[in-house]
Amino acid sequence: MEAVRVALFVACYNDALFPGTGRAVVRLLERLGHRVDFPAAQTCCGQMHWTTGYRREAAALARAFTGVFDGAGAVVTPSASCAATVRASYAGIARAAGDPALAEAAGRLAVYELTEFLVDVLGVTDVGARFPHRVAYQPTCHALRGLGVGDRPLRLLASVRDLELVDLPAAEECCGFGGTFAVKNADVSVALAADKVRHVRATSADVLCALDNSCLAHIGGALSRLHAGVRVAHLAEILAGPEEG
Amino acid sequence: MSGAVPPAGTPPPPPPPPPRFADAAREALADPSVRRGLREATSAARAGAAGAVADSADWEELRAAGAAVRDRTLLDLDRYLEELEGAVVEAGGTVHWAVSAADAVRVVAGLVRAQGESGAAVADAPVLREIGLAGGLAAAGIAVLDAGAAAAVAVTGVDFMVAETGALVRSGGDAAPAPSAALVAVAGLEQAVPAWRDLEVFLQLLPRASGAGRTAARTVVWSGPVAGDGPAACHLVLVDNGRTRALADPVGRTALRCIGCEACLNVCPVYERTGPAAYGPGGAGPIGAVRVPLQRGVRGAHAASLPFASTLCGACADVCPVKIDLPGLLVHLRGEVVEARRDRPVPAPELAAMRAAAWTLAEPRRYEAALRRGARWGRLLARGGRIGRLPGRLGKWSDARDLPAPPAQSFRAWWGRR
Ligand code: SF4
Repeated sequence: MEAVRVALFVACYNDALFPGTGRAVVRLLERLGHRVDFPAAQTCCGQMHWTTGYRREAAALARAFTGVFDGAGAVVTPSASCAATVRASYAGIARAAGDPALAEAAGRLAVYELTEFLVDVLGVTDVGARFPHRVAYQPTCHALRGLGVGDRPLRLLASVRDLELVDLPAAEECCGFGGTFAVKNADVSVALAADKVRHVRATSADVLCALDNSCLAHIGGALSRLHAGVRVAHLAEILAGPEEG
Repeated sequence: MSGAVPPAGTPPPPPPPPPRFADAAREALADPSVRRGLREATSAARAGAAGAVADSADWEELRAAGAAVRDRTLLDLDRYLEELEGAVVEAGGTVHWAVSAADAVRVVAGLVRAQGESGAAVADAPVLREIGLAGGLAAAGIAVLDAGAAAAVAVTGVDFMVAETGALVRSGGDAAPAPSAALVAVAGLEQAVPAWRDLEVFLQLLPRASGAGRTAARTVVWSGPVAGDGPAACHLVLVDNGRTRALADPVGRTALRCIGCEACLNVCPVYERTGPAAYGPGGAGPIGAVRVPLQRGVRGAHAASLPFASTLCGACADVCPVKIDLPGLLVHLRGEVVEARRDRPVPAPELAAMRAAAWTLAEPRRYEAALRRGARWGRLLARGGRIGRLPGRLGKWSDARDLPAPPAQSFRAWWGRR
């Protein structure tokens, strides 16, 4: 297939806290023969402000986002929740702000979550990866219900050599992160995490993967506090393989 | 002593406002019986609903049809309600309009007393819970009897009111109330449907979504008093209780499509752990968290806390038989809460923090500087690669969860050096 030019939206929390995920996306797409750009003016899609009720701030960030990625072609992000925000919430943000130009600008964008881009646009499920571990997959709410990524992540994982995919019980139940919910309703959030951790520990997985580092930080933070011996990893890091040097 | 006793005839002082959701939820979580009881009930209803929906090849068409009938009805609700009142009166019934929940309780209590009774059989229904009927009647000195009890007066909720004919329909539920003297039916304004044929869709949607089966085991239709058969009097109490306020909100009004199936409660992970009581009076689960602030406004601390009582996981929207975008409405109401607080003379700490974050994120150079500052702070807080304790409100995070130590280099710093 011909080389595709991809604009990477890394997502602000990945940029700051999980840069390894961004590096993995770059490594993976370049290994597959494509070209990755990183528009340096990007910051945040506005998701946290929007879902916490800060409409004006979210609108300002959404305008900046559409400005940065206007005309960029395929925009790829390793954050299902950010992809869902741009695709599903920007229209609402524009409506609340009384800004039809923002809705139009959002309509012109082509934002893909990484697994959607791999499977639907590039048409690959075997990315040539090897990962000799037992892995469970957590379908995060934004990936599952927000974007409807379906079995794309599982198909990609099934093609990874030496990877043993294990079933996660009650996988489709929310882990309890929910953005600012994790702090505003910390008790309920932790109660949900406790159940998720119980289900993860009932598997024999060494690694729990997902398409959102935010949810993984929440589940992983509880696993770490319990010294559960299961680590979390973004799916991109499994598909990209280890970093050199 | 005499000073502590209010003079006769003085209404009791208003009850204290209900606690905010987070506080009530904390208490509910500490009670293991809440969760145990709910898990069984919700998972049985969930499984029932999933089975009935899987058996309905036309489920998506039914949902779309139900949503469309509701939207059409809500747009012209005043006309349908007028038609309904005319039809009920024509059939020999009486219609009472209640502006608030307290009005509705007063009307019902008055109807019971007017029959010379000091007790009534009371069924369970979402609208009766919303207005707090059982508690209100008890406080008014009226004994609340089981729905199936033999009584002169029975109070029930209805699911649908047919504007064209005045028929009142209850789908499912326990034994049909069979009062000897008077039936008191209570309904929210939005429960009107234009015509009998519109029921076809709803009588399929409601039992399936609620987990009762493909069709309800029992559907009861009242069409006014019939000489020599059943109660001599039929009363319909139409409850507004903020519904007209909700109708005035073009985004929020879609919440009034609700048919009270409670499917959204049964799939809600938050509801399953906290139970109905944590949401306070007026309604529980995702739809309660939407309707209470929508119908009462968001100025009170309790109502303002409800839109935040959700992770926005979206499970509710997937099952709602009338396709209410519950997460979208929760976000809409969060926006209303924040807007209502913007004009406070002293900005809340959260508003200040959110503004500062947006200001930082609006400018790549400010954002880059903040990334560098954050990494320095993070390294100071980290022990062994994890942060176990965060300062301030973020301590709520670190009470039970570690945070990975921030990396030495942000993604963009790495990209810039590559
Ligand atoms: S909002 Fe939808 S799912 Fe929830 S009770 Fe109403 S109709 Fe049922």
